[in-house]
Amino acid sequence: MFKKVFRVEGGNFQKAGSVSKQIKKILKQLNLDGELIWRAMIIAYEAEINAVLYAHECQVSLEITAEKIYMRFKDKGPGIPDISLAMTEGYSTATRAMRERGFGAGLGLPNIRKTSDHFEITSTVGVGTTLDIDLFLN
Amino acid sequence: MRLREIVEALNLEILNEGEHLDEVVLGGYVGDLLSDVIASGTAHHLWVTIQVHENIIAVASLKDLAGIIVAKNSTPLEETLENAREEGVTLLRSPLNSYQLVTKLSELGISGG
Ligand SMILES: Nc1ncnc2c1ncn2[C@@H]1O[C@H](COP(=O)(O)OP(=O)(O)OP(=O)(O)O)[C@@H](O)[C@H]1O
Ligand SMILES: [Mg+2]
Repeated sequence: MFKKVFRVEGGNFQKAGSVSKQIKKILKQLNLDGELIWRAMIIAYEAEINAVLYAHECQVSLEITAEKIYMRFKDKGPGIPDISLAMTEGYSTATRAMRERGFGAGLGLPNIRKTSDHFEITSTVGVGTTLDIDLFLN
Repeated sequence: MRLREIVEALNLEILNEGEHLDEVVLGGYVGDLLSDVIASGTAHHLWVTIQVHENIIAVASLKDLAGIIVAKNSTPLEETLENAREEGVTLLRSPLNSYQLVTKLSELGISGG
């Protein structure tokens, strides 16, 4: 079993994606299937970007067992008042500045759910948001 | 077709050589929404976009894209060039717009994959 914890800094655009990159490197070193890594990258990137865009900071836990890749994104931030609305394709509260950068299509969370084998989101307004994701190895 | 040959055929400006010029390009994708490209971008495909900020580099790198062609001669931020150098992402530029670029790529046999 492999376990590692990373930290994402809210608001740091220049570093956005760097945790995903580290996760990719680990998955490659473990010789996991290319398609699985590809899916893991969609999930990790979207969750990491959301943390950068909307949260203050986020702790990312990666666990790999013989059965699955488990990722948890637990952030401190504003939280999500209406989760089912946030999960709707096209819904976004991204600012104009974020949209100019190509964020804010409202596709991140729906794509994470679509790409995962198991997906859970919990959120408390004023505290933060947690995503739990499983990708099964076969 | 190798990326280097595409660069010559389309007279693309090389903003950062990166590690992909000798790679065989398997297809292409156009998009300016990062969520769309991270979901649909395919390894060894070229990405045509007008986005120029640094986060395009992570998308290209995480999805093993062959490279990015910035359309309409948009000027990348210094951070974009810096990240491209660091990640080995091949970053190219053209005065053509996205549609014109895709038309030319298509003529070269580079399809939507
Ligand atoms: N970690 C988070 N903390 C607080 N709010 C969040 C968080 N993640 C998502 N949200 C809210 O949910 C909305 C939808 O998120 P989603 O990732 O689906 O789309 P987006 O980030 O707006 O656009 P895209 O991901 O396509 O660039 C966001 O606009 C934001 O309001
Ligand atoms: Mg998002």
